Amino acid sequence: MRQRENNLSVFSQVDWFTIALYVLLVIAGVFSIYAASYDFDNASLLDPDEFSGKQIRWIIFSIALSVVILLFDSHVFETYAIPIYLAILFVMLVTIFVAPDIKGSHSWLVIGPLRFQPAEFGKFATALALAKLFNSYNFKLNASPKNFGLALAIIFVPILLIIAQNETGSALSYLALFFVLYREGMSGMILLAALSAVTFFVVAVKYTETLLLGIPLGEAIVFMLIMALMVAIVAIYCRAIEVARNLLGWFAGTGMLVGLLSLCGIQVPGMVYFLTVILIACLYMTLHFLRLRNPRLLATIIACVVSIIFLFSVNYAFNSILKPHQRQRINVALGISDDPLAAGYNVNQSKIAIGSGGVFGKGFLNGTQTKLKYVPEQHTDFIYCTIGEEQGFVGASAVLFLFLILILRIMHLAERQPTAFGRVYGYCVASYLIFHLAINTGMVIGLCPVIGIPLPFFSYGGSSLWSFTILLFILLRLDAARKEHHSFR
Amino acid sequence: MRKDYNLEKRKYVIGGFIAIIVVIYLLRLFDLQVLDNRYKDDADSNAFLRKSIYPSRGVIYDRNGNVVVYNRPAYDIMVIPRDIQPFDTLDFCNTLGITRDQLIDRFAEMKDKSKNPGYSSYSPQTLITHLDAADYGRMQEKMYRFPGFYIQKRILREYNYHCGANILGNIREVSPEDIKRDPYYRRGDYTGDLGVEKSYENYLRGIKGEEILIRDALGQIHGHYEDGAHDKKAISGRNLKLGIDIELQEYAERLMTGKIGAVVAIEPATGEVLALVTSPTYDPAMLVGRDRGKNYKALRDNPHKPLLDRSIQGAYPPGSTFKPGQGLILLQEGIITLGTVFPCSRGYINSGLRVGCHGHASPIALKPALQTSCNAYFCWGLKAMLERKRQYGSTAKAFEVWKTHLVELGYGYKLGIDIPGESRGFLPNAKFYDKIYGEDKWSANSIISVSIGQGEIMATPLQICNLGATIANRGWFVTPHVVKEIEDTVLARQYVDKRTPNINRAHFESVAEGMRMAVTGGTCKLANLPDIEVCGKTGTAQNPHGRDHSVFMGFAPYHDPKIAVCVYVENAGFGATFGVPIGSLVIEKYLKGEISESRKYIEERMLHTSTIQTNASKRK
Repeated sequence: MRQRENNLSVFSQVDWFTIALYVLLVIAGVFSIYAASYDFDNASLLDPDEFSGKQIRWIIFSIALSVVILLFDSHVFETYAIPIYLAILFVMLVTIFVAPDIKGSHSWLVIGPLRFQPAEFGKFATALALAKLFNSYNFKLNASPKNFGLALAIIFVPILLIIAQNETGSALSYLALFFVLYREGMSGMILLAALSAVTFFVVAVKYTETLLLGIPLGEAIVFMLIMALMVAIVAIYCRAIEVARNLLGWFAGTGMLVGLLSLCGIQVPGMVYFLTVILIACLYMTLHFLRLRNPRLLATIIACVVSIIFLFSVNYAFNSILKPHQRQRINVALGISDDPLAAGYNVNQSKIAIGSGGVFGKGFLNGTQTKLKYVPEQHTDFIYCTIGEEQGFVGASAVLFLFLILILRIMHLAERQPTAFGRVYGYCVASYLIFHLAINTGMVIGLCPVIGIPLPFFSYGGSSLWSFTILLFILLRLDAARKEHHSFR
Repeated sequence: MRKDYNLEKRKYVIGGFIAIIVVIYLLRLFDLQVLDNRYKDDADSNAFLRKSIYPSRGVIYDRNGNVVVYNRPAYDIMVIPRDIQPFDTLDFCNTLGITRDQLIDRFAEMKDKSKNPGYSSYSPQTLITHLDAADYGRMQEKMYRFPGFYIQKRILREYNYHCGANILGNIREVSPEDIKRDPYYRRGDYTGDLGVEKSYENYLRGIKGEEILIRDALGQIHGHYEDGAHDKKAISGRNLKLGIDIELQEYAERLMTGKIGAVVAIEPATGEVLALVTSPTYDPAMLVGRDRGKNYKALRDNPHKPLLDRSIQGAYPPGSTFKPGQGLILLQEGIITLGTVFPCSRGYINSGLRVGCHGHASPIALKPALQTSCNAYFCWGLKAMLERKRQYGSTAKAFEVWKTHLVELGYGYKLGIDIPGESRGFLPNAKFYDKIYGEDKWSANSIISVSIGQGEIMATPLQICNLGATIANRGWFVTPHVVKEIEDTVLARQYVDKRTPNINRAHFESVAEGMRMAVTGGTCKLANLPDIEVCGKTGTAQNPHGRDHSVFMGFAPYHDPKIAVCVYVENAGFGATFGVPIGSLVIEKYLKGEISESRKYIEERMLHTSTIQTNASKRK
């Protein structure tokens, strides 16, 4: 009797808004796949032999899957989180050894007519495990290094297994879970440091051609970013407004002086200027640290020094540590080298396809670039191209907005969960989506390096679709039970 | 479970982060899709293969409707470099009968931007030109084995008559300069070179068509874009009808075999050039096809310069053929009348200057002076004109009047024939002599040789013939031109309108009579055909570099002229030895269609005499 009541309440309590977004994206995805694989001589949207037809079968299966998930008791997921996680880790481990070699990767498990990527299903399992960890009694991420280590272990074990399968792209998507750690208390400085490192790297490597004050423009910009960050961190993080103001005055004043001098024809060597100014700033902050005993000031000084060391090591790392093909991919992604027929072919063709779409696009099935297979991996990783070419700026922006709304909605659902389990799980779903959206569309429009990960709900492929369906509907199931939870109290 | 509201604020950081990324991506999309148009062009050049359809080039007929130049298909192997997949090079080379090294060279040449500025790995490039039908057949069968390659049909020229190379010209592949000059051309296209092929290129070439094919990333073609709605049909070139009588041209070329010089024949009433012979010449077919380069080099390096069209580019002293013009000017200026006589004591002797002449009655009037080609008469005439200060003011001014008449008669400037390369000859003006002798320091005697077409005067055989045509018309001419009709178009005004020198018709009549007398009882007796009244004037142009040039200018019939002729044979001696016989044969051939039995011996002699040998040894 109670069971029945519960079932009824699921469909009345479930968040239909999210389901509507999901359905919208999946349907748009089928049409895009149909357009991407459409051939001139055939075929029907529903043709079971075509990619779109197969995708429809998988969608039907996904619907069944989502109904089943919604019918589960909401406690099942929390109860079995760890067994599910361990089971999937085991499958992933087995996959390394039994999977056939497909383009160098060993990530596909073949069981009879079924082929699927365990790495995709590792996503929800890892999310469940992480949620379970945070839901343990009185768990605080920052309470002890052991807690932090446990969280990292949950994230990095699947990453290592996937790297062993030679699917680096999928492995990277687990790094998105750092957003969750941030939300749950990890220092923002770690996130800031990671983002700064990426930014410094990109800027320093990209702008090496032009010179400013005798040093490459990229390096000069990084120095200026470091100075700006110092001021911001001292002001916001250390809450030493006066120190920040003095630093700002110092940087701006000397900067203007150098600018004036160079206008008069006297060039101050850039390296000497930046290093001297920052060194004096650090000494000044050290004095204040000794006076105020504010440990955050010391952290800022260390961050500054580390940043400068990082900057100097970028060129070394880029030229000496990275392998040529990795360097090439980064160069192409940053628009430094242009080799349209080799490494940059995919990106170049996808830019052509998208760029030729114009404001309103060429119309459904009218895209020439996608029809004629100029863009490789068109129905999978580069599906966004088809939208860009055929639906134009309007369609491509609409897809970005739909995803943005979905992500924000998921974060909203996560925040309204009564338990840490629900919240952490919800943020995991949002984080995966953020990462996939940013990297996949960024790659297609030539802003990110080419990392082979699918666009959720759009890209052709059962594993990816089911994986995101499961992720989403478990959250919806948890969300539908949130009031039930209260009533138990 | 207590919620940490401090940490909850971090949702704004995460939400803000993804929102900022979406905004950055939107800006990027806006840039790619809305601001930057480059990608649309790239997409088109990706997806659309634009294939040219070559129109057939206009056919060239002679004045009697004989086909002179027509088209023959030739086949080029084209390649789209980025579509090439590894192929059996050995099979490819064997089928075409070339070596692997030649193929590699051709590829290198094709990719060399200095030789082929339009190179792009996306667009069709010409790899090998001019396959013959047999190679084409073999290649066509195997084409499927060589993705990225295809065969392009082109048009080459075929010649029914192996003569008139200087008139017809030929076609050649366009050069990078041509492409720069005229965007119509693409690499591998053909354009006219020399002759009417060049000057009427825009009519002959037609308009290229284009088909737009849909091509996928593998280079496979998926039919016509929008079912051919954007394809353009090729428009055939216009046919030309020449004023040339191709059989006369061929005959005159045969007569000139073994001689250096030119023959020009004009229909006086229309200005149509009937024959335009330069010798030595070459077969126009030599400059078509794969051996063009080799043959062109051989012709260019030939010491007798067959590529020089002596009929319009050769500037020669006109010699005595200049005298009828002199007579016209002197009559018009009132320096002489038909009754005026000048003495000739085997030459013009004045102030220690002597211009030799041959024995004839003295004193002598204009008509007999033309008949006997008296040098002295025209020397006295010019002296009288230049010294008539009360009429002109000064020698220099008198000379300018004299020069103006000659310009009106077609000397000193390009006549404006419709084939390229014409020379203007040379006609000195008063300033020219001022420079040599100093202002007012020259007199009639300083320059007396110009009166008999020697000295500084230079004229092309075309200009000399044009004087013949002007006299035949008794006072006007139409700019000589080789093209009589252009299909569906009218001829330019300049080839229709009469040009009338400022000389009275009556004077022309007198000069024509003098020229008739030269044939009936003077220097051109060999031209006295039994049933055609020929008028003529010989010339024996002194040549400081060797033997005299033999010249003839004439027209026929006397009263209803149908043809004016100039023959110029370098280093052949008296005008009567080669100029007159060849000129008369050309006239007879044109007017009668054949040479009468009684004159066959002259024909035989002309056909079998070579003057080139003597040229090489210069004067003995």
